[in-house]
Amino acid sequence: MDFKGRDIISIRDFKKDEILYVLRMAKGMEEKKLPELLKGKVLATLFFEPSTRTRLSFESAMSKLGGKVIGFADTSITSISKGESLSDTIRIVEGYSDAIVMRHPVEGAARLAAEAASIPIINGGDGSNQHPTQTFLDLYTILKTKKTLNNLHIGFLGDLKYGRTVHSLVDAMSHFNARMYFISPESLRMPEDLLEELKAKGIKFVEETDLLKVSGSLDVLYNTRIQKERFPDELEYKKVKGAYRLDKGFLSHIKPDLKILHPLPRVDELSPELDSTPNAVYFEQAKNGIPVREALLALVLGAVK
Amino acid sequence: MKELKISAIENGTVIDHVPAEKAFDVADILDLDGIENIISIATNLKSKKVGKKGIIKIGGKILSKEETDKIAIIVPTATINIIKNYRVISKAKVRLPERIEKIVKCFNPNCITNKENVVTKFMVIKENPLRLRCEYCERVMKRGDIRLI
Ligand SMILES: [Zn+2]
Repeated sequence: MDFKGRDIISIRDFKKDEILYVLRMAKGMEEKKLPELLKGKVLATLFFEPSTRTRLSFESAMSKLGGKVIGFADTSITSISKGESLSDTIRIVEGYSDAIVMRHPVEGAARLAAEAASIPIINGGDGSNQHPTQTFLDLYTILKTKKTLNNLHIGFLGDLKYGRTVHSLVDAMSHFNARMYFISPESLRMPEDLLEELKAKGIKFVEETDLLKVSGSLDVLYNTRIQKERFPDELEYKKVKGAYRLDKGFLSHIKPDLKILHPLPRVDELSPELDSTPNAVYFEQAKNGIPVREALLALVLGAVK
Repeated sequence: MKELKISAIENGTVIDHVPAEKAFDVADILDLDGIENIISIATNLKSKKVGKKGIIKIGGKILSKEETDKIAIIVPTATINIIKNYRVISKAKVRLPERIEKIVKCFNPNCITNKENVVTKFMVIKENPLRLRCEYCERVMKRGDIRLI
């Protein structure tokens, strides 16, 4: 499979065998040290909105492979914010680098950038739409901790309406015959069009407001943060927050080998009591961002095949 | 043929099987400026297929792809007849292309196509009921969300 020159814009662009190929490559990156692999290559990081963790994770991945990183953490200090079109910005920056990772507050910005650029564009998040490297690291974490991606019972908990990490992971897991459980307050249910899509693909799913009704069936639980802004009144928010908080008590309602993921940062939805349990894999998940991003960088820069 | 109620054209296009209330919407879509031949728009004609129907006849005009795509979006029942020397030389139901470019506005205000000067592109993911996915922001529009550009 040749990924050289390819853009990483949306998990939807990847077929099942391509996803598995990236994950195998990530495993290779984790097992080997390759400090010269991307020597002489330059990655530009273009963050039109701040995301320290994503940027650091890419910088770390690039440096581990011997490459260099240039970029702006905050575009408000550059001429970019002064009305220059996104396509023009990209055409200029591509002259300085071999690949660009960008984050942008507007949905579809990464796709537009990829059309303008002749070098690979990696989407580090475009508004509420996609964040494909996050999805790859979520998949990698599930594969690593469950030893398979196939036939899993996976629960998605929290803000399923606006949660882009959820939407992308749902799409990706539909390649692997997952059975899905969507657990959310009524007002934050999965978008109708995504459920329609799952039905069309023949994926079995249930929607539930009560976590404990389904928690005993789960192999994986993907937890997300519920934002206060999503609720019209404080009381309703507090009720929901309390109902979906995971703590030690929750452990008596699950299979012993349930793995709990979370894209982080967390607020109250995951009690620190869980951190030291074998069920909690969210810090490992964050760490998995490095081999996954190393793999994607090496692939699109043509350093591995 | 009931169609004879409005005058026949020598050469051009006849758009038939338009639901009566959509006849003027179809006429709005078409680029009719500068056409010097006969244009006739008839509506509330009786039809077995669509209840009361409208017909639009445009002398000397062949529709562009953009025009037929637009018609396919707003009146999926329409048929397009091409006329030469008063005879129908081709007759086809409008069909949605797999991909719709330029003619539809994305309903997501935070889509890059609504922020910068970008030609919109949508995948037709389902025809009935209609579902279009924006290739940029990936949001899915239903029929009621669609606005033509
Ligand atoms: Zn859009």
